[in-house]
Amino acid sequence: MKIGVKILPRNEVLDTQGRAVEGTLKAHGRAVNQARVGKYVQLDVAETDQAKALAKAKEIAEFVLYNPLIETFELEVVG
Amino acid sequence: MKPVGITRFLGTNCDRDVWQAVEALGLAPKWLWFEDQFDPSDYSAVVVPGGFSHGDYLRCGALAAKAPVMKSVSEAAAKGAPVLGICNGFQILCEARLLPGVLVRNESRKFIDKWVTLAPAGKTPWLKPSGGPLRLPVAHGEGRFHSDAEALKKLNDQGQIWLKYKDNPNGSLEDIAGVTNEKGNVAGLMPHPERAIHDWMGGEDGRAILGTLLS
Repeated sequence: MKIGVKILPRNEVLDTQGRAVEGTLKAHGRAVNQARVGKYVQLDVAETDQAKALAKAKEIAEFVLYNPLIETFELEVVG
Repeated sequence: MKPVGITRFLGTNCDRDVWQAVEALGLAPKWLWFEDQFDPSDYSAVVVPGGFSHGDYLRCGALAAKAPVMKSVSEAAAKGAPVLGICNGFQILCEARLLPGVLVRNESRKFIDKWVTLAPAGKTPWLKPSGGPLRLPVAHGEGRFHSDAEALKKLNDQGQIWLKYKDNPNGSLEDIAGVTNEKGNVAGLMPHPERAIHDWMGGEDGRAILGTLLS
Protein backbone atom coordinates (compact mmCIF):
# COMPACT_ATOMS: atom_id res chain seq x y z
CA MET A 1 0.00 0.00 0.00
CA LYS A 2 1.25 3.48 -0.85
CA ILE A 3 1.21 6.16 1.82
CA GLY A 4 2.18 9.77 1.16
CA VAL A 5 4.01 11.76 3.81
CA LYS A 6 3.53 15.54 3.44
CA ILE A 7 6.18 17.49 5.34
CA LEU A 8 5.93 21.27 5.82
CA PRO A 9 8.11 23.75 7.70
CA ARG A 10 6.52 24.99 10.92
CA ASN A 11 4.96 28.45 10.66
CA GLU A 12 7.32 29.93 13.23
CA VAL A 13 10.38 28.79 11.25
CA LEU A 14 11.65 31.12 8.54
CA ASP A 15 11.13 29.17 5.30
CA THR A 16 13.89 30.47 3.04
CA GLN A 17 12.72 28.42 0.03
CA GLY A 18 9.17 29.70 0.46
CA ARG A 19 10.48 33.24 0.65
CA ALA A 20 12.45 32.78 -2.59
CA VAL A 21 9.33 31.44 -4.33
CA GLU A 22 7.30 34.39 -3.04
CA GLY A 23 9.90 36.78 -4.47
CA THR A 24 9.83 35.19 -7.91
CA LEU A 25 6.02 35.07 -8.02
CA LYS A 26 5.87 38.74 -7.05
CA ALA A 27 8.43 39.69 -9.68
CA HIS A 28 6.24 38.04 -12.31
CA GLY A 29 2.94 39.61 -11.31
CA ARG A 30 1.68 36.57 -9.42
CA ALA A 31 2.11 37.70 -5.82
CA VAL A 32 0.65 35.46 -3.10
CA ASN A 33 0.22 36.06 0.61
CA GLN A 34 2.60 33.27 1.42
CA ALA A 35 4.37 30.26 -0.10
CA ARG A 36 5.65 27.41 2.06
CA VAL A 37 7.92 24.78 0.52
CA GLY A 38 8.01 21.30 2.01
CA LYS A 39 8.65 17.74 0.94
CA TYR A 40 6.52 14.85 -0.18
CA VAL A 41 7.71 11.29 0.44
CA GLN A 42 5.73 8.42 -1.05
CA LEU A 43 6.24 5.15 0.80
CA ASP A 44 5.21 1.80 -0.65
CA VAL A 45 4.86 -0.32 2.50
CA ALA A 46 4.34 -4.08 2.57
CA GLU A 47 0.91 -3.90 4.19
CA THR A 48 -2.56 -4.45 2.76
CA ASP A 49 -4.41 -3.26 5.84
CA GLN A 50 -4.82 0.53 5.71
CA ALA A 51 -4.53 1.09 9.47
CA LYS A 52 -1.36 -0.97 9.63
CA ALA A 53 0.11 0.80 6.61
CA LEU A 54 -0.61 4.20 8.18
CA ALA A 55 0.90 3.11 11.49
CA LYS A 56 4.05 1.93 9.73
CA ALA A 57 4.34 5.18 7.76
CA LYS A 58 3.85 7.22 10.95
CA GLU A 59 6.64 5.30 12.67
CA ILE A 60 8.94 5.90 9.67
CA ALA A 61 8.08 9.60 9.53
CA GLU A 62 8.88 10.00 13.22
CA PHE A 63 12.06 7.91 12.89
CA VAL A 64 13.74 10.03 10.23
CA LEU A 65 11.50 11.77 7.69
CA TYR A 66 10.67 14.87 9.70
CA ASN A 67 12.30 16.91 12.45
CA PRO A 68 9.66 18.04 14.98
CA LEU A 69 11.69 21.15 15.84
CA ILE A 70 11.18 22.65 12.40
CA GLU A 71 8.55 20.58 10.56
CA THR A 72 5.10 19.03 10.75
CA PHE A 73 3.83 16.05 8.78
CA GLU A 74 0.54 14.59 7.54
CA LEU A 75 -0.15 11.17 6.09
CA GLU A 76 -2.43 10.34 3.18
CA VAL A 77 -3.42 7.07 1.59
CA VAL A 78 -2.34 7.05 -2.05
CA GLY A 79 -3.60 3.58 -2.84
CA MET B 1 47.94 6.85 23.86
CA LYS B 2 44.43 6.04 22.65
CA PRO B 3 43.62 7.41 19.19
CA VAL B 4 41.13 10.13 18.33
CA GLY B 5 38.40 8.61 16.14
CA ILE B 6 37.35 10.55 13.04
CA THR B 7 34.06 9.52 11.41
CA ARG B 8 33.74 9.22 7.65
CA PHE B 9 30.36 9.15 5.94
CA LEU B 10 29.65 9.20 2.22
CA GLY B 11 30.19 12.87 1.38
CA THR B 12 32.37 13.80 4.37
CA ASN B 13 35.02 16.15 2.96
CA CYS B 14 36.82 17.71 5.93
CA ASP B 15 38.11 14.37 7.21
CA ARG B 16 41.70 14.77 6.07
CA ASP B 17 41.88 18.33 7.40
CA VAL B 18 40.78 17.07 10.82
CA TRP B 19 43.26 14.17 10.54
CA GLN B 20 46.15 16.56 9.88
CA ALA B 21 45.05 18.94 12.65
CA VAL B 22 44.91 16.06 15.14
CA GLU B 23 48.38 14.93 14.05
CA ALA B 24 49.72 18.51 14.28
CA LEU B 25 48.60 18.53 17.92
CA GLY B 26 50.63 15.38 18.59
CA LEU B 27 47.66 13.00 18.75
CA ALA B 28 47.01 9.79 16.83
CA PRO B 29 43.98 9.89 14.52
CA LYS B 30 42.07 6.82 13.36
CA TRP B 31 39.24 6.52 10.85
CA LEU B 32 35.76 5.39 11.86
CA TRP B 33 33.81 4.20 8.80
CA PHE B 34 30.08 4.98 8.87
CA GLU B 35 29.00 1.39 8.30
CA ASP B 36 31.06 0.06 11.21
CA GLN B 37 30.63 0.17 14.95
CA PHE B 38 33.49 0.53 17.42
CA ASP B 39 34.32 0.04 21.08
CA PRO B 40 34.25 3.52 22.67
CA SER B 41 36.83 2.47 25.26
CA ASP B 42 39.42 2.15 22.46
CA TYR B 43 39.29 5.91 21.72
CA SER B 44 40.21 9.01 23.70
CA ALA B 45 37.74 11.19 21.77
CA VAL B 46 35.63 11.27 18.60
CA VAL B 47 35.46 14.05 16.00
CA VAL B 48 32.62 14.17 13.46
CA PRO B 49 34.01 16.31 10.61
CA GLY B 50 32.20 18.48 8.10
CA GLY B 51 31.11 17.89 4.53
CA PHE B 52 27.87 16.94 2.86
CA SER B 53 27.15 13.54 4.36
CA HIS B 54 24.76 11.47 2.26
CA GLY B 55 24.36 14.43 -0.08
CA ASP B 56 22.50 16.46 2.57
CA TYR B 57 19.46 14.50 1.35
CA LEU B 58 16.22 14.82 3.35
CA ARG B 59 17.82 17.24 5.87
CA CYS B 60 21.50 17.89 6.42
CA GLY B 61 22.83 15.29 8.85
CA ALA B 62 19.56 13.35 9.10
CA LEU B 63 20.61 10.22 7.21
CA ALA B 64 24.13 10.15 8.67
CA ALA B 65 22.63 10.34 12.16
CA LYS B 66 21.10 6.89 11.59
CA ALA B 67 24.35 5.24 10.39
CA PRO B 68 25.74 2.32 12.45
CA VAL B 69 28.83 4.29 13.54
CA MET B 70 26.55 6.77 15.30
CA LYS B 71 25.35 4.03 17.68
CA SER B 72 28.92 3.78 18.92
CA VAL B 73 29.32 7.58 18.97
CA SER B 74 26.19 7.74 21.18
CA GLU B 75 27.68 5.12 23.51
CA ALA B 76 30.93 7.10 23.68
CA ALA B 77 28.95 10.26 24.49
CA ALA B 78 26.96 8.44 27.20
CA LYS B 79 30.21 7.24 28.78
CA GLY B 80 31.46 10.82 28.98
CA ALA B 81 34.02 10.72 26.16
CA PRO B 82 34.68 14.02 24.36
CA VAL B 83 32.67 14.13 21.09
CA LEU B 84 33.11 17.13 18.79
CA GLY B 85 30.99 17.87 15.70
CA ILE B 86 32.25 20.41 13.19
CA CYS B 87 29.91 21.99 10.60
CA ASN B 88 28.07 19.03 9.02
CA GLY B 89 29.29 17.07 12.06
CA PHE B 90 27.39 19.55 14.26
CA GLN B 91 24.29 19.00 12.09
CA ILE B 92 24.70 15.22 12.46
CA LEU B 93 25.02 15.40 16.27
CA CYS B 94 21.84 17.54 16.42
CA GLU B 95 19.93 15.10 14.20
CA ALA B 96 21.23 12.24 16.39
CA ARG B 97 19.77 14.13 19.41
CA LEU B 98 23.20 14.18 21.04
CA LEU B 99 23.02 17.97 20.90
CA PRO B 100 19.98 20.25 21.23
CA GLY B 101 18.50 22.25 18.36
CA VAL B 102 18.84 22.02 14.60
CA LEU B 103 20.73 23.84 11.83
CA VAL B 104 18.66 25.26 8.97
CA ARG B 105 19.28 27.27 5.78
CA ASN B 106 21.10 30.59 6.28
CA GLU B 107 18.75 33.54 6.49
CA SER B 108 20.44 35.14 3.46
CA ARG B 109 19.97 31.89 1.44
CA LYS B 110 23.64 32.23 0.48
CA PHE B 111 26.50 29.86 1.12
CA ILE B 112 28.87 31.70 3.46
CA ASP B 113 32.64 31.21 3.20
CA LYS B 114 34.59 33.67 5.33
CA TRP B 115 36.40 34.24 8.61
CA VAL B 116 34.30 35.17 11.63
CA THR B 117 34.97 36.39 15.15
CA LEU B 118 33.58 34.31 17.99
CA ALA B 119 33.04 35.11 21.63
CA PRO B 120 33.14 32.17 24.04
CA ALA B 121 30.03 31.95 26.21
CA GLY B 122 29.17 29.87 29.23
CA LYS B 123 31.41 27.32 30.86
CA THR B 124 32.89 24.61 28.72
CA PRO B 125 35.72 22.12 28.80
CA TRP B 126 36.06 22.67 25.05
CA LEU B 127 38.14 25.81 25.10
CA LYS B 128 41.64 26.45 26.32
CA PRO B 129 42.15 30.02 27.51
CA SER B 130 42.96 31.98 24.37
CA GLY B 131 43.05 35.45 25.83
CA GLY B 132 40.05 36.80 23.92
CA PRO B 133 37.72 36.26 20.99
CA LEU B 134 38.56 33.57 18.44
CA ARG B 135 38.87 33.99 14.69
CA LEU B 136 37.84 30.94 12.68
CA PRO B 137 36.59 30.31 9.14
CA VAL B 138 33.00 29.29 8.38
CA ALA B 139 31.84 27.58 5.18
CA HIS B 140 28.19 26.57 5.18
CA GLY B 141 24.79 27.01 3.57
CA GLU B 142 22.80 25.64 6.49
CA GLY B 143 24.28 27.00 9.69
CA ARG B 144 21.40 28.94 11.20
CA PHE B 145 20.89 27.50 14.68
CA HIS B 146 17.24 27.04 15.56
CA SER B 147 15.50 25.84 18.68
CA ASP B 148 12.12 26.38 20.34
CA ALA B 149 11.85 29.03 23.05
CA GLU B 150 11.66 26.54 25.92
CA ALA B 151 14.79 24.66 24.82
CA LEU B 152 16.61 27.93 24.21
CA LYS B 153 15.90 29.06 27.76
CA LYS B 154 17.23 25.73 29.01
CA LEU B 155 20.41 26.20 26.96
CA ASN B 156 20.94 29.61 28.53
CA ASP B 157 20.10 28.48 32.06
CA GLN B 158 22.39 25.48 31.89
CA GLY B 159 25.30 27.25 30.23
CA GLN B 160 25.15 25.09 27.10
CA ILE B 161 25.71 27.96 24.69
CA TRP B 162 29.39 27.62 23.91
CA LEU B 163 30.30 30.06 21.12
CA LYS B 164 28.56 33.17 19.79
CA TYR B 165 29.21 35.09 16.57
CA LYS B 166 30.29 38.65 17.06
CA ASP B 167 28.73 39.60 13.71
CA ASN B 168 26.04 36.98 13.06
CA PRO B 169 26.57 35.73 9.48
CA ASN B 170 23.61 33.36 9.10
CA GLY B 171 20.69 34.49 11.26
CA SER B 172 21.35 32.01 14.09
CA LEU B 173 19.16 32.45 17.16
CA GLU B 174 21.00 34.52 19.78
CA ASP B 175 24.10 34.54 17.50
CA ILE B 176 24.78 30.91 18.44
CA ALA B 177 27.76 29.33 16.66
CA GLY B 178 28.28 26.36 18.98
CA VAL B 179 26.53 24.47 21.79
CA THR B 180 27.26 21.59 24.15
CA ASN B 181 25.12 18.89 25.73
CA GLU B 182 24.08 19.10 29.39
CA LYS B 183 27.14 17.23 30.65
CA GLY B 184 29.46 19.32 28.47
CA ASN B 185 31.32 16.39 26.90
CA VAL B 186 29.54 16.65 23.53
CA ALA B 187 30.02 19.87 21.56
CA GLY B 188 29.22 21.15 18.09
CA LEU B 189 30.16 24.27 16.17
CA MET B 190 29.65 25.57 12.65
CA PRO B 191 33.13 27.19 12.24
CA HIS B 192 36.10 25.03 11.27
CA PRO B 193 38.84 24.91 13.95
CA GLU B 194 40.79 22.39 11.80
CA ARG B 195 41.26 25.12 9.19
CA ALA B 196 43.01 27.40 11.69
CA ILE B 197 45.90 25.38 13.08
CA HIS B 198 48.95 27.07 11.55
CA ASP B 199 49.76 30.71 10.98
CA TRP B 200 49.98 30.13 7.20
CA MET B 201 46.34 29.03 7.21
CA GLY B 202 45.32 32.50 8.35
CA GLY B 203 45.33 31.92 12.07
CA GLU B 204 45.94 29.40 14.86
CA ASP B 205 42.84 29.87 17.00
CA GLY B 206 41.58 26.39 16.09
CA ARG B 207 44.17 25.04 18.49
CA ALA B 208 42.28 26.57 21.44
CA ILE B 209 39.43 24.17 20.61
CA LEU B 210 41.08 21.06 19.17
CA GLY B 211 43.87 21.34 21.76
CA THR B 212 41.34 20.35 24.44
CA LEU B 213 41.37 16.84 22.91
CA LEU B 214 44.87 16.50 24.41
CA SER B 215 43.46 16.25 27.92
